Amino acid sequence: MIVALLAGTALLLVLALAGAVARGQGPRLYAAAAIVTALSAVLALASLASAPATLTLPLGLPWLGWHFRLDPLSAFFLFVVDLGAASASLFAIGYGRHEEEPGRVLPFFPLFLAALQLVVLADDAFSFLFSWELMSLASWALVLVHHRDRESIRAGYVYLLMAVLSGFALLLCFGLLAGGAGAYGFAAMRLAHPAPGLAALALLLALLGTGAKAGLVPVHAWLPLAHPAAPSHVSALMSGVMTKVAVYAFLRIAFDLLPVPPGWIGLIVLALGGITAVLGVLYALMQHDLKRLLAYHTVENIGIIFIGIGLAMVFRAAAGEEAAAALALTASLFHVFNHSVFKSLLFFGAGSVDVATGTRDMERQGGLIHRMPRTGFFFLIGCAAISALPPLNGFVSEWLTFQAILLGPGLPEWGPKILIPVDGALLALAAALAAACFVKAFGVTFLGRPRSAAASAAEEADRFSLGAMGVLAALCCLAGIFPAVVINALAPTARTLVGAAMPTQSFFHAFVPWGAIIPVAAARSSYDGFAIFLLLVAVTGLAIGAARRLAAHAVRRAPAWDCGFPDPRPETQYTATSFAEPIRRVFGPAVFGAASAVRMPAPGSLSPARIRSALRDRLWEIFYAPVAGVVERLATSADRLQFLTIRRYLFFVFAALVALLLALALTQ
Amino acid sequence: MIGPPVIEALQMALVLLAAPGLVGIVRAVKARLQRREGPPLVQPYRQILRLLAKEVVLAENASWLFRTAPYLILALTWAASSVVPTFSTGLAFAPLGDLIVITALLGAARFLLALAGLDIGTSFGGIGASREAMFASLAEPAMLMIVVTLAIAAGSTQLSTIAAFMLSPAAGLRFSFALALVALVIVALAENGRIPIDNPATHLELTMVHEAMVLEYSGRHLAMIELAAALKLLLTISIIACIFFPFGLGLPGFAGFLVGLLSYAMKLGIAAILLGVFEVSIAKMRVFRVPELLGAGLMLGLLGTLLLYVSRGL
Repeated sequence: MIVALLAGTALLLVLALAGAVARGQGPRLYAAAAIVTALSAVLALASLASAPATLTLPLGLPWLGWHFRLDPLSAFFLFVVDLGAASASLFAIGYGRHEEEPGRVLPFFPLFLAALQLVVLADDAFSFLFSWELMSLASWALVLVHHRDRESIRAGYVYLLMAVLSGFALLLCFGLLAGGAGAYGFAAMRLAHPAPGLAALALLLALLGTGAKAGLVPVHAWLPLAHPAAPSHVSALMSGVMTKVAVYAFLRIAFDLLPVPPGWIGLIVLALGGITAVLGVLYALMQHDLKRLLAYHTVENIGIIFIGIGLAMVFRAAAGEEAAAALALTASLFHVFNHSVFKSLLFFGAGSVDVATGTRDMERQGGLIHRMPRTGFFFLIGCAAISALPPLNGFVSEWLTFQAILLGPGLPEWGPKILIPVDGALLALAAALAAACFVKAFGVTFLGRPRSAAASAAEEADRFSLGAMGVLAALCCLAGIFPAVVINALAPTARTLVGAAMPTQSFFHAFVPWGAIIPVAAARSSYDGFAIFLLLVAVTGLAIGAARRLAAHAVRRAPAWDCGFPDPRPETQYTATSFAEPIRRVFGPAVFGAASAVRMPAPGSLSPARIRSALRDRLWEIFYAPVAGVVERLATSADRLQFLTIRRYLFFVFAALVALLLALALTQ
Repeated sequence: MIGPPVIEALQMALVLLAAPGLVGIVRAVKARLQRREGPPLVQPYRQILRLLAKEVVLAENASWLFRTAPYLILALTWAASSVVPTFSTGLAFAPLGDLIVITALLGAARFLLALAGLDIGTSFGGIGASREAMFASLAEPAMLMIVVTLAIAAGSTQLSTIAAFMLSPAAGLRFSFALALVALVIVALAENGRIPIDNPATHLELTMVHEAMVLEYSGRHLAMIELAAALKLLLTISIIACIFFPFGLGLPGFAGFLVGLLSYAMKLGIAAILLGVFEVSIAKMRVFRVPELLGAGLMLGLLGTLLLYVSRGL
């Protein structure tokens, strides 16, 4: 199995080489990548429940070799990676034709896919870090595809800096784990028992390193810059898949390589998750660039995933709470799968809109549901799924997370007792705000009247793009309607990580008892996606049927009523900014330091009234601006060293030598 | 003996039939308190029937979403109400979902309604949708915090279990329940667009929220929306009654069934009168005062939860 998977990775590397040579063959390359990754996805799915398999190749460090391992955890994440990769490749067969410089995409896209697979399969620190950096660099090259765009350059710069930070933190983390003897194999790390303080430090470094890749607040700032800058199929991969690989890395280190960490680290993860979820969605609400809005929602969903992981860590640290830990972890993994599916779908939709109208700015769109009905339908399913609406998949994972939160009062310590319900409130707030945000995203982009000439002349996406979106939309529905299948499939992974799994969920019962998912006990809580779906279909059918039989059939098209004053100009519609204005007024002053000023002309004056509102990125001001300032100042003062005479340089060399010798003499 | 499927079918029919009547009672109470004659109690039924008989005037750029949303909104509300124990706890659909699922189904209905408000591209539709989104972003978390409070006390989010717990002596009188009740009433007022949050009787442009979203609807579509709104009012009252006043629920035998039915009718009547009196005696808030009220609801819910985390007895 593992050999076949690696053969697939090797094929992707060959495709990367082919992409560098044969630039006109974009669609064929994408088709080949789609087939290879789809096959890998099937293989990964098949090995979800199988025993760990390992393989060593004579590559990498000569005394270490290149270790690979396929266990239930890596199989699950490999499935997520390959599913996203296959759908992105399928989407790109059509979408890639619109790329102006395909030569800048084609070599790096398969390389990126191969690197994603290699990270998940790596079983020693060297190969892991090598693949990790390969993943960062390949995606960095893809962010810079539109390299003449000023925003892309800034995005690429910030991304590179944060990738370096992330890689550096992980390097130190693995250094601590490997110990003085330099045992870089994961197998050796599992057996080593580092001192508690050292283990905690390693875990915090892992949180920093993987959080910076996943987009955890406050190390998220690169994400909403870099993800939208790349072509849309790459954005989908970065948001839907690469952030999940970062989650994988954290799970691997925290739950597999290290011994059970103390509960307070779980509390840190829990707090960061809650803050990330709410801030991510609030930032998303303030955007009117469709792809940037989606990127901020990735931050939010990473927060939700980390809430689940934090809960699992807290429960795991407490005695006798394995079942609760399994529930929290399953919820988190379910959300990993869900988010990868609907975020890819939404980015594909945004890419199609971008191609059709030539802009990502929502304020210049509108009414696209008429011009692009299929894209609109699939995008709507994605919006409903990410807003956690039943019977779609996003609801199930958030519901499971809530059920895990409700198990919090069983814990004896005070920290979790206070923090878990607060996190519940943050999760609820994030979910409700996400629904508001996607009403805005879909409503302003696809509904209403076109706000620009390009929007009123938009064309439906090609069939490959629609196919990719259709598959993902169907997955959103299926995973929501048959959640028991997903939960059962996640059981081996949960068992690998926390030593327990959720009770096996029954489905396809002959309706009595219903095939409801029951996280803990039937009297406690249950949810039956399939029955809800059937009920909704039946009741909707009943309503439509009754209306057909009882009601008048006449339909007349007429101008909009609008209280008697319809205005044909599309500018009179609500825009993305005006839609979010009430929420900005409620949350803005506290979170963004928002200030707005209205300038009203004097009565009788014909000049227009103006409103000017300004938002500040407090996170940037607190976490990034000071660091940038210190670096700047250091660089300026070090700048003086650049223009000295050779005598002075020689003096410095001499002084350094003396200082070092003195230090040596003192320490010996 | 009456089996769960029969009770379920009976309940689903009953809630749909009773919902417009409930609206009629609220309107009659308000009319009387304002010294008006007021419409007869059956007026909401007449209104729905008349709307069904009228032609649909559809705005020129209405999409398929606008035309299907009313049916889906009614279906989501109706499906949510099929899980709430109204006059009996023995519901066949009870395992379908818990209180969180009910909240989410109502949230889905609201999501569609807000989208329908944006579909025509008029400024009123936009104002309604955007304000509704703001209310919902505070009301839904408040609702979920209430759910958490109840779930910690009763050890369940399943409504029938919560009702059984509230009937048992273990429930007692607790401070956190009082907080949850106040929060739930605030949320219920917001969910249904009642005074002081929104005025269901208004057609004054700048004060509308719910009415602004449905401004472009007519004919059978409007009938579905009106029915769904009435059903939602009945549903939220039923949830409050089921959680905090579960008297008459879960009694055995046919007599118990009748007692449940009668006490449910009584609870609905009392709630309608209270709502009417409340609405007449208070003024509508400015839109941007509403977040303070809903934020208070959220904080009350969170406070109740924290109290229970500190001690299960509070």
